[in-house]
Amino acid sequence: MLETENRESLRQVGRSPERHDIEDKLTGAAVYASDMDMPGMLHAQVKRSPHARARILRVDVSRAERLPGVRAILTGADLDYRLGLYVVDKDILAKNEVRHFGEAVAAVAADTLVIARQAVDLIEVEYEVLPPILTARDALAPGAPLVHPDLGKYSYIEAVFSPQPGTNIANLTRCRKGDIDKGFAEATWIVEREYTNPSVQHVPMETHVVIAQWKTGDRVELWTSAQSPFTVRDLFCHAFNLPLSNVHVSIPNVGGGFGGKAGIHLEPLIACLSRKAGGRPVKLQATREEEFSLLPCRSGLTYRIKTGVLADGRIIAQKMEMFWDAGAYADYAVNVTRASGYSASGPYEIPNAWVDAYTVYTNKVYGTAYRGFGHVEFFWGLERHMELVAQTIGMDPLEFRRLNLLRPGSITLTGEKITEHTGDVRKCLDSVAASIGYGELTAEEKAREARTGFKIGKGVATLHKAPAMPSNTATAVVVKMNGDGTVLVNVGLTEIGQGSTTAFAQIAAERLGFPLNKVRVTVEKDTDRDPYDWQTVASKGLILTGNAVILACQDLLAKAYELAGQALRANPCDLDHDGEKVFVRHNPDHSVKFSQLALGYAFPDGSGIGGPLIGVGRYIAQGLTNLNKETGQGLPALDWTYGAHGVVAEVNPTTGQYHILKIASAYDVGKAINPELIRGQCIGGMVQGLGTALCEGYIYDQQGHLLNPSFTDNKIPTTKDLPDEIECIIVERAQLDGPYGARGVGEHPMISVAPALGNAIRQATGAELTHMPIRAEDVWRAMNRHDPVETWAAKTPAGSDRTIHAAK
Amino acid sequence: MKINVTINGAAYEREVPEHVTLLRFLREYVGLAGTKEGCGGGECGACTVILDGRAVNACLVLAAEVDGATLRTIEGEAVNGEHSELQKAFSRRHAVQCGYCTPGMVMSARALIERNPKPSVEEIKEGLEGNFCRCTGYVQIIEAVLEATGQPAANQEGSHA
Repeated sequence: MLETENRESLRQVGRSPERHDIEDKLTGAAVYASDMDMPGMLHAQVKRSPHARARILRVDVSRAERLPGVRAILTGADLDYRLGLYVVDKDILAKNEVRHFGEAVAAVAADTLVIARQAVDLIEVEYEVLPPILTARDALAPGAPLVHPDLGKYSYIEAVFSPQPGTNIANLTRCRKGDIDKGFAEATWIVEREYTNPSVQHVPMETHVVIAQWKTGDRVELWTSAQSPFTVRDLFCHAFNLPLSNVHVSIPNVGGGFGGKAGIHLEPLIACLSRKAGGRPVKLQATREEEFSLLPCRSGLTYRIKTGVLADGRIIAQKMEMFWDAGAYADYAVNVTRASGYSASGPYEIPNAWVDAYTVYTNKVYGTAYRGFGHVEFFWGLERHMELVAQTIGMDPLEFRRLNLLRPGSITLTGEKITEHTGDVRKCLDSVAASIGYGELTAEEKAREARTGFKIGKGVATLHKAPAMPSNTATAVVVKMNGDGTVLVNVGLTEIGQGSTTAFAQIAAERLGFPLNKVRVTVEKDTDRDPYDWQTVASKGLILTGNAVILACQDLLAKAYELAGQALRANPCDLDHDGEKVFVRHNPDHSVKFSQLALGYAFPDGSGIGGPLIGVGRYIAQGLTNLNKETGQGLPALDWTYGAHGVVAEVNPTTGQYHILKIASAYDVGKAINPELIRGQCIGGMVQGLGTALCEGYIYDQQGHLLNPSFTDNKIPTTKDLPDEIECIIVERAQLDGPYGARGVGEHPMISVAPALGNAIRQATGAELTHMPIRAEDVWRAMNRHDPVETWAAKTPAGSDRTIHAAK
Repeated sequence: MKINVTINGAAYEREVPEHVTLLRFLREYVGLAGTKEGCGGGECGACTVILDGRAVNACLVLAAEVDGATLRTIEGEAVNGEHSELQKAFSRRHAVQCGYCTPGMVMSARALIERNPKPSVEEIKEGLEGNFCRCTGYVQIIEAVLEATGQPAANQEGSHA
C-alpha cells in the first residue's frame, strides 16, 4: 500500500498523538471482563489435579452436590468434546487420565464464589499416580510411556503438521536447503553446542476471565478476556458443532495478552457449566496460581546447533535440532515449532542447512503462543552460538555476524529471496554496536572497572521474525460515517495494550484527510458487529488491518465523491475534499459538506439520493504458501522485521552478580506510524525479555509438581530491574506492501535480549552460559567451570593448535 | 459488621462479613471497580489505593480495618470530569498500554508525589517498585511522574538511525 501513498506530506502518520483508548484507562472507567457482572450470574471454580500424571479412578461429587447454592457440577465423564488449535488432543475436562499438574478435573458453578470454592473442596478424586515424563529427552527415549496413546486417532491440520503416532512427538517440522554433508565436508571449522531454557509464564496483569451463557436453541454468549474474538467463536463452534451464527463473542478491554490469551481456553468449560445450570450466565476469573498451571505457558526448548565455517569466516553449513517441551497438549506449540523451524538460523545466510524441530509431549503445563512465538527461546541458543563460533575461529563476534548477515539476494532457509525492501538488519546491528561503543572499553569504563573491581562487557545479538500465520490470513475493516461527518472504524483486531487502535485511527485520519478527532476506532470487540479478523497475534495486525483501514477509507471516499458528484453536478474526478467538505477542485466554493452526505444527500426540494456512507476494506496475505513437509521449502513470511540489541553489563567476578548499564535496541519498522507507541513496545518488550533473561521460569520437582506458581517465587521485572540507560533506535526501510511502508514490531523487542546479555557477560568474564534465565549463580558456575571454547569444536583447521580437541 | 468510610470525599456505610478484603469491599460492596486484582497476594500492586494518605495493597487489607478511614481510589483522581496533572502526564508520555495496572500505578505515584513533591528517578523507581507492569517496561511511567512533578524529561521518541 506504500506506492499509492505520498509519504512526504503525511499529517497524521509519523506523529505520536496520545492513545485513543487512554481516557477510560486512566480513570478506572475502562471495563475489563473481570469487572463485568450479568443478571443472575453464577460463579465457577475448577478442581485441579495435584499430580503431573495419574489415572483418574473415581470422581465423587455427591458431597459437593448437596451443598446449598451449588447449581452445576461437571466432570470429565460428563463431557465428550475435544479441543485443539492444530492437533485436537485436549478434553475440556480430563477424562481417565490427568497429564499435567493443575489440569482441570471437575468444575462447579454456584451462587457465590465462596460456595463454589467450598464445593470444589468437597469433590473427591481418587488417583493412581503414575511416574511422569518431565523432559523431552525422556519422552523421546525408546519405550517411553505415551502422553497421548491415541495420538493416531486425533484429527489435525494435515497440510501443515506431522504428528508421529506411537511416539510423544506432536509435530516434526523439517527444513532442508542445499547439501548439509557436502557443506560440513567443505568446512574448515565445525562447532557444536546445546542451549536450553525452561517454560515461562506470560503474566498478563489481568488473568484469564470468562463469562458464558448457553441459552435456549444452543445460542451462546461469551464475554471473555481473549485476544481473538473470531478464533474463540470459530473454535468454540467447531468443538460443539454449532453454526457460527449461534455464538456471539464480546471482548471488552483486555488486561494484557502476550499470546497467552490467543486461541481458546476456558470458554468451552464455562459455557458447559452454564448449560448445565439451565442457561444462567457463569463467570470464572482465574487466580494468579491458576494462570501458572491451569492456563498454558511458553514451552521450554533444547536447541542443538552444529555450524560449519569456511576459513574466511563464512558459514557454509548448519545443522539445527530443536526439541520443544510442549507439555501435555499441543495447543500452539506445534506451530511454534513450525515457525521456529523455518526461522531457525536467524538473519544469517546459510548455504547448506538442515533443521529438525520436534514438538514433544511431556507431563508438564502445556505451552502456547508467547510474544515472539518461539524466537525468544531459539535466539537464546542461536546468538550465543554465533558468539561461540566467532570465538572459536578467532574472529570478532560483531564482524562474524556482519559477514554472515542476510543481504539483498540472499536465500532464506525456505527458499525466499531477500531484497533491499525486506529490511535492513545490518543497519540495526551497526546502530546498536555504535550506541554501546562496542569493542574496547572507554577510558571511563576502564576507570569504573578499576574503581569497582567489577568487569564490564559488551555484547550484541540480532533478531528477526515473520508473522506465523496461515498463508491466507485475512481481515476486513468497516468505516462508517456519522451524520456529523465524523467516522467510526470497526476492526476485528483486539486492543490488548499494543496501541493498534491508535495507529489505525492515525492511518484512517491520514487516508481520509480528516483531523484525528473526527476518527474513532472501536476498542471493545464484538463478533456480531465487527468485521472478521483472524487473530490478534503474530505482529501482523499493523500490516493486514492497517492496509484494510486504508482500503476502507478509499472506499468511503469514493462513495462520498460519487454522491457529491451528483449533488454538485460535477464529475467525481474533478472533486477534492478537506476535513469538512467535498468541493470542485477548479471552483472550491462549489462544495457539499460531509455532514450533508453522510446519511445520504437531500436536494433542496427534499428528494434524497445515496444513503449512509460506509466504506469497506478487505485485505488478505498474498503470495504465501504452505511449506513442503519434507524440505520446508515455500513462502511463509508476509514480512520480516529485523532488529538487534546491544548490552553493556557489569559483572562481579567473585559472585557472578551482574548489573546492566545500558541496552540499545534497533528495529527496522519500515515506517514509524507512532514513534512513542513504538518506543512503548520496544521498552516494554525489552523489559519482558529481560524477565526471561534474568529470572523467570517454571521450576518442577521430580514428581512434576510446579513449585513456583506465584509472584513470590516467580518474579517479573520491576522498576528496580531497569538498565541504567535504554536507547531505542528506529530504522525505516519501507515495506512495499505495508501501510505507509510500516511493518509490525509488537513481538520483536523481546527477542534476543537474553543472548545479548549473555554475550556481554561472556565478554566481561569468559563465562560460557548455555542456559537461561541467567541467574547470578549461573554466572558464578560458568565462570568457575573454565570450559575452553575448544570443548565444542568438532573440526579445526589442519595444523591448528586446537586439533587435539577436534580429534576426540 | 458495619463499615463507615469516606471514599474520594463521599461517605459510604456498608454491612459486610468480617472476612471481606478492602479490594472486594470496593469492587463488590461499593461498586468502585477501577481498582483491579492482579494476584490477590500483595505482590503486584494492581489494587493499590490510598488509605489515610498511605498507599496500600487493597487485597491485603480487611474492610474491617478501614472503618472510619479516608480512602482514595483511581475514581477520585480526575476532578470535575477533568484528568489530574498526573493523569495528563501519563497520557502525554504514553505511560499506559493495556491499562490494567494503571489504577494502582497512578495511586502509588499519587502517594509518592504527596510525600515527595519532586522525586528523583531513583526515588520514583523506589516508589513504584511494588507495582508490576508487564506492558510498558516502566520507562514512560517514570517519565510521566517526572513530568507531573515539573521535571519534564527530554522528549525521548526513539532516535532514527
